[in-house]
Amino acid sequence: MPSYRMQIYGWLLLLPAAVLLIAFTHYPTVATLVQSLFLSGSVTRPAVFVGVENYQFMLEDDVFWQAVRNNIWFALGTIPISIALALQMALWVNRRLPARGLVRMAYFTPTILPMIAVANIWLFFYTPGIGLIDQFLGLFGLPGHNWLGDPDTVLACLIVLTIWKEAGFFMIFYLAALQSLPPELEEAGKLEGAGRWYFFWRITFPLLMPTTLFVVINALINSFKLVDHLFILTKGGPNNASTLLLYYIYEVAFSFFDPSYAATLTVALLAFLALVAIGQFVLLDKRIHYR
Amino acid sequence: MMSRRITNLLAGGALGVGLALGVAGAALAKTQLTMYYPVAVGGPLTQIVDGMVADFESAHPDIDVNAIYAGNYDDARIKALAALKSGEPAELSVMFSIDIYELIEQDAIVAFDDIVETAEEKAWLESFYPALMENGRTQGKTWGIPFQRSTIVMYYNKDAFRDAGLDPESPPATWDELVSMSKQLTKKNDAGQVERWGAMIPSTGYAYWMFGALAIQNGQVLMNNDGNETYFDDPAVVEALQYWLDLSREHGVMPQNTIEWGTLRQNFLDGRTAIMWHSTGNLTAVKDGASFDFGVAMLPASERRGSPTGGGNFYIFKDSTPEERKAALTFIKWMTEPERTAHWSIETGYLGTSPAAYQTDALEAYVQEFPPAAVARDQLEFATAELSTYETGRVRKLLDDAIQAALTGAETPEEALSSAQSQAERLLRRYQ
Repeated sequence: MPSYRMQIYGWLLLLPAAVLLIAFTHYPTVATLVQSLFLSGSVTRPAVFVGVENYQFMLEDDVFWQAVRNNIWFALGTIPISIALALQMALWVNRRLPARGLVRMAYFTPTILPMIAVANIWLFFYTPGIGLIDQFLGLFGLPGHNWLGDPDTVLACLIVLTIWKEAGFFMIFYLAALQSLPPELEEAGKLEGAGRWYFFWRITFPLLMPTTLFVVINALINSFKLVDHLFILTKGGPNNASTLLLYYIYEVAFSFFDPSYAATLTVALLAFLALVAIGQFVLLDKRIHYR
Repeated sequence: MMSRRITNLLAGGALGVGLALGVAGAALAKTQLTMYYPVAVGGPLTQIVDGMVADFESAHPDIDVNAIYAGNYDDARIKALAALKSGEPAELSVMFSIDIYELIEQDAIVAFDDIVETAEEKAWLESFYPALMENGRTQGKTWGIPFQRSTIVMYYNKDAFRDAGLDPESPPATWDELVSMSKQLTKKNDAGQVERWGAMIPSTGYAYWMFGALAIQNGQVLMNNDGNETYFDDPAVVEALQYWLDLSREHGVMPQNTIEWGTLRQNFLDGRTAIMWHSTGNLTAVKDGASFDFGVAMLPASERRGSPTGGGNFYIFKDSTPEERKAALTFIKWMTEPERTAHWSIETGYLGTSPAAYQTDALEAYVQEFPPAAVARDQLEFATAELSTYETGRVRKLLDDAIQAALTGAETPEEALSSAQSQAERLLRRYQ
């Protein structure tokens, strides 16, 4: 009987985590999937099963495709630059410099500010004419621009804000990784006459790859997850030029009151993110050097 | 030991339930009302409402009102409907006036006509400004009672008018005057860059609301009263959007592309624009923030004057007993009494909802001392309903997108509006 009891013991230990995971992750996912097969109802018109009709509607929905396109540009714009900047900043503050703590804190500050507050500040940075950016341009006699009101520049504005917000956060991970690198490597490199550039590309960067993978995944998830600033800055406009997928899902669910179509969009987003995650682990994992 | 702890827990739980039952039993004599109320952040508005609720409770000891503050209009609607769905009590709420069709579709609200009984109560239903009732009436019944309501007015910088050689006491009254005066008001520096724009009409956030004003001024409403037809591609509506676009592209008196709702007031206060169209809800903030002499005027006319109304109405939920409905009606009637409306209007800047409110001594004195407060009232005569249909969120977004597409030059006004119209028709087909 002891092994039987041990099994129960094991399951009991697992129970709290399992309950939470099932209640807040697995069940909602399945429920979303089921709901996406129904047409939203109201009290007076009950929901009806329509199979894949919601998905067909999604494929014909221009706003959905615009959101997908925007999101891809948003991801491409934010991920590489914020990571490169984070690495640059980490290398910089890892060295001995005066007021190092202060510099580190300055880089990290954007991360701890709530996104809504940040968006409110940047809203006034971007304001045409009276905003910080236009005032700065004015010093050089350059004309101002309607940054958030122009569909050609609005997405870039969001990208800049997001990079500013995120780079400091990723820097912390790089900084931790850099500090765990054994100093002997650098000494050995110096003895062998390796230049700083060579040393970085051949030693530091490969050793940081596990961190980079972690940061890339986080950055990617964030580029689909971070939409708080849209509520303040653009509400997805002008004419959907800055709509991101998650914001569109919110709009469909809570402004249009169409939970089924929102579920459909959510399934699409989940499927896409799952695909990316699998791809990253399968492809990148092989090429990463773990100590 | 484990089991003893569980027994203790159970005993404690039973005691708790017993207490709760006891409390409920004692409170049965009173009618309990739960009211959902949209307030974005706790602050002056919460205090004012709390104060009014406390006054009501002392005047009506048999009714308890429990106000639940719930974010913006969308949040309040979501929370109230979720509460009803899960069996939590909710008898009344202040919600967006344009949510009426959604609430009827959800079978969530009851018409006031089915609750009022006495002649006095029926007369009360007719005591408000008709323009403010438009968004609360459909299918021949009254579903919403106006409470925190606003409208669009034109704010203008009198100093800028003087600077441009214009009479500060005669703001533009027609579309043509708006163009010609704005041209005079637009000031460029030596490098040819605009230092002061003639006018700004915000086109983010509530583009459809501003556009409703232009459309009605050009003689056309945006939808029918049954909420199942829109008129976005009507020639007068297309012309209204063309006029809005021309202000920037043709006449150069307004910045191109979209103008941000949230920062417009700052633009006006900083003198970056001589005229702005904005909600009456901004009156107090402009009054407090303006370092110059400013005026408030009715919006200009093309065919006629006009502006949509906006803001929140009282609704009574269907899931309530006759006693609770009666109590809710008592409360709403009390809240909309002229004296109280006057107090509310002075404290918040929202419109007084009935002519009787403006005849009270308090509001009469206030209007005398601060004439801009009267502009919104006078404009009510020309006001119309805010855009509100079935599927209202989607239809509103279609129009918002069309307006922004036209203003950013992505599509012509005609293309943008006819595409919005055909999509709206598809959405509204099932409600015909």
